Amino acid sequence: MRLSVTTTAAVASLALLTGCGAADMTKQASPFVNAAGTRSVTLSVQSWVGAQANVAVAQYLLEHKLGYRVDTVQVDEVPAWDALSQGRVDAILEDWGHPDQEKRYVDDKKTIARGGGLGVTGHIGWFVPTYLARQHPDITNWKNLNKYASLFRTAESGGKGQLMDGSPSYVTNDKALVKNLKLNYQVVFAGSEAAQITQMKQFAKEKKPFLTYWYAPQWLFKKVPMTEVKLPPYKEGCDADPAKVACAYPHTPLQKYLNADFAHKGGKAAAFLKKFRWTTEDQNEVSLMIADQKLSPEQTAKKWVDGHASTWKAWLS
Amino acid sequence: MATLTAPVPLSAGFLKHRAVRKLLLLALAAAVLVPLADARWASGSWPAALTVDLSKPLTGASNWIIDNRDSHPLFLYGFGYVSNAVVISVRAVYLVLLAAGWAGVTAIGALVAWRVAGVRLALGTAVAFLACGLLGMWIPTMQTLALMVVAVLASVAVGALLGLAAGLSDRLDRALRPVLDTMQVLPAFAYLLPVVLVFGIGVPAAVLATVVYAAPPMARLTSLGLRGADKEVLEAVDSLGATARQRLLTARIPLARKELLLGLNQTIMMALSMAVIASVIGAAGLGDRVYQALASVDVGAALAAGIPIVLLAVVLDRVTCAAGENAGEEPAGVRPWLYAAAGAVAVALAGRLAGRLDWPEAWTLNIADPVNSAVDWMTAHLYSGVPVVGGTADWAGHFTTWVLDPVRGGLQWLPWWSVLLLVAALAWLIGTWRTALTAVLAMAAIGVLGVWKPSLDTLSQVLAAVAVTLVLGFATGIAAARSDRFERLLRPVLDVFQTMPQFVYLIPVVALFGVGRAPAVAAAVVYALPAVVRITTQGLRQVDAAALESARSLGATPAQQLRQVQLPLARPALLLAVNQGVVLVLAVVIIGGLVGGGALGYDVVFGLAQGDLATGLVAGAAIVCLGLMLDRVTQPTRRRATKGA
Repeated sequence: MRLSVTTTAAVASLALLTGCGAADMTKQASPFVNAAGTRSVTLSVQSWVGAQANVAVAQYLLEHKLGYRVDTVQVDEVPAWDALSQGRVDAILEDWGHPDQEKRYVDDKKTIARGGGLGVTGHIGWFVPTYLARQHPDITNWKNLNKYASLFRTAESGGKGQLMDGSPSYVTNDKALVKNLKLNYQVVFAGSEAAQITQMKQFAKEKKPFLTYWYAPQWLFKKVPMTEVKLPPYKEGCDADPAKVACAYPHTPLQKYLNADFAHKGGKAAAFLKKFRWTTEDQNEVSLMIADQKLSPEQTAKKWVDGHASTWKAWLS
Repeated sequence: MATLTAPVPLSAGFLKHRAVRKLLLLALAAAVLVPLADARWASGSWPAALTVDLSKPLTGASNWIIDNRDSHPLFLYGFGYVSNAVVISVRAVYLVLLAAGWAGVTAIGALVAWRVAGVRLALGTAVAFLACGLLGMWIPTMQTLALMVVAVLASVAVGALLGLAAGLSDRLDRALRPVLDTMQVLPAFAYLLPVVLVFGIGVPAAVLATVVYAAPPMARLTSLGLRGADKEVLEAVDSLGATARQRLLTARIPLARKELLLGLNQTIMMALSMAVIASVIGAAGLGDRVYQALASVDVGAALAAGIPIVLLAVVLDRVTCAAGENAGEEPAGVRPWLYAAAGAVAVALAGRLAGRLDWPEAWTLNIADPVNSAVDWMTAHLYSGVPVVGGTADWAGHFTTWVLDPVRGGLQWLPWWSVLLLVAALAWLIGTWRTALTAVLAMAAIGVLGVWKPSLDTLSQVLAAVAVTLVLGFATGIAAARSDRFERLLRPVLDVFQTMPQFVYLIPVVALFGVGRAPAVAAAVVYALPAVVRITTQGLRQVDAAALESARSLGATPAQQLRQVQLPLARPALLLAVNQGVVLVLAVVIIGGLVGGGALGYDVVFGLAQGDLATGLVAGAAIVCLGLMLDRVTQPTRRRATKGA
């Protein structure tokens, strides 16, 4: 029975350590941060390269100019909001619009604070390669998509045309769109953005037709030129009910969000992250170095920082 | 590490009789029930009238938890403590590891290995730790180690308590055994979602999922050890007038020492496997590096994080195994331990004074780039368009088109009641009416949950993978049973493969086969193969030598001996191999959701990625049911005590 005694003792002492009274589950930093007495900041890095570019530059400046230690965590978009509200992550640098989460955490619970715009405008849409659009100029209107469905047929799409989606975690209305616009298409998830890019590159190499969910800014446009397919125009509120969406995706000014506590007490790091703001060209320049030249995020950030002193000096002031 | 024991053989003649009777009975039942069911719910797939939509209540529950997490007493005074306790203990261990520095940790590891397992393993341990640092993975390795230490301690405490209770009370044993049996056949992925629902993504959830996964073997083996104690010794202790407590502490627990250490070994291995998979729910450390690298199809980076996992697994397994083997010997006293501790402290201090706590960055070896260029070369040259044999991607494509698609199509084409009938017939032929009933109910539950189609998709991948595994496994097993030299060559390979966590298998298959269902199946085959080979070899080797000798003297050729004597006599072992193969394959096919395997595994990943727990939980429940069904359908009359890797 000695074991059970020690277990009880351990549990009891832990309970003492955690402090008597209520245990606040909203304040749970990861056990691995702030080790070795350094000031550290945890940034959420999403899986797409643009987000990695933001984080790479922010991390480089925080570490080399402000003396912080930066941890990065890969969390998917929606769970990242939850992690941000609980303090496991200090900041999200690029959010593509999650109205539900924003209402819940920013307006109701006030555990997340807005961090201002990133300066980049994002747009999601359906794209076909430009070589295909030249062959069939009318393919760039959704009304004609059914006519060309047979072009996009693959083994996984089962007799219908294939609309390729990337990671299951991205913002997407595609299943609802296909249904509500009565398109003879099947949404096929490649599983990850990397898989989707691999597929697109292979298709492009053989000049095969494909229809894909894609977004701008994105470095791949420089490698595989693509043309957007026009969907019914976006109007304010037309995507309010996820099941009934029948319109295009909006142009979203990408936003930053900070943990509310961190925003107040985060000192120089929080002030810096609030001021962090650059342009689509800047982001693309960094992304292209990461994704295509396969440079490490640190090298990339150093290159960019060395060449753009005027831009980042403003963030530190 | 796994000890595989062949079950008691059962007589084949008797079974034939019974099999016919069982099938007749089942046919009769089907003749009455099927027209009724078909008339009422005529549809190929599971009838919509018989499903229960759980997504509303589950989404409600998930929202309620998020909204009340910071105010409801259940969280403030219950789960909050659990979660904080986990965070604080992991942090404490992590800080200790960091304070010891890389030199200190390596020294401590090597000295512990030296004391319990000898010089060779001590060297191996030191090399393994240094390799982790060399690969630039020191910090992630320490994070995984910290998490593991806490999870293993908790699992051992929980498992030992449960095992103690089950070992002492018959009633508790009867209640616990089926639960523990079932928990051992469930894929690791199914454990992740319920804890995420309560604790959110992060380290607490990861540790708890690991504990739930790793505690059952400890409980089983503790109870087994206590029950297996020598009756005569116990009587002797009784006759000396010992109290019940003395009897437990002085006789039963020391006698069960071997089982307890085996339990520890299994718990550690399962905890490592789970701590890596739990990166999907925020476990950080090595698993997270693999997960991130897989998401960007960066095979080199995945390998750099995968190698430390394998090294940790092999070292931990060998050291605890050696501890178990030396358990019977007299302990050598405290003095060597003191020397060892002093040595470790000295090294740690030296490292500290030299200011070399962190692994020096200049000493890292970048393997990601060369590996990635090798993979690029492979994709360019082997991937497709190789003359005559075709490329790996072509194989994957053909396997998908010619095997996976027809099997999936066939299963989904079958009317739902015929699937249930097939399950019942198979389970009853191999097992008892009880196992058949459980299997049918589990399959029906999948239909009721409304995930009939994706479950059949997963099932088709499992069936295809099991078929390939069995063909390869039986062939290799037969070869190993016939040639001693081949078996000696094979043994270390099997050992290493059986200790590797499931996650690691995903890395090479993505490099070879791209993304999709084919790589998931390939990973599953590789993962399940060692267990199947090992059980087959053992079963064939245990065949009665006299029977073989008499066959030989009658002039049977080796092929005849194999077909007519060895294989029939080894039938129970072969059935066991099938059972193990199915269970192990399912576990990996589910994880294949991460590399485009689709179906149930994808639903779990999707649920986690979108915070849509309703989808994930339903898929998780379906995985549990599928696991139960597959285990029962292939369950031989006796189960073995432990499960491989």
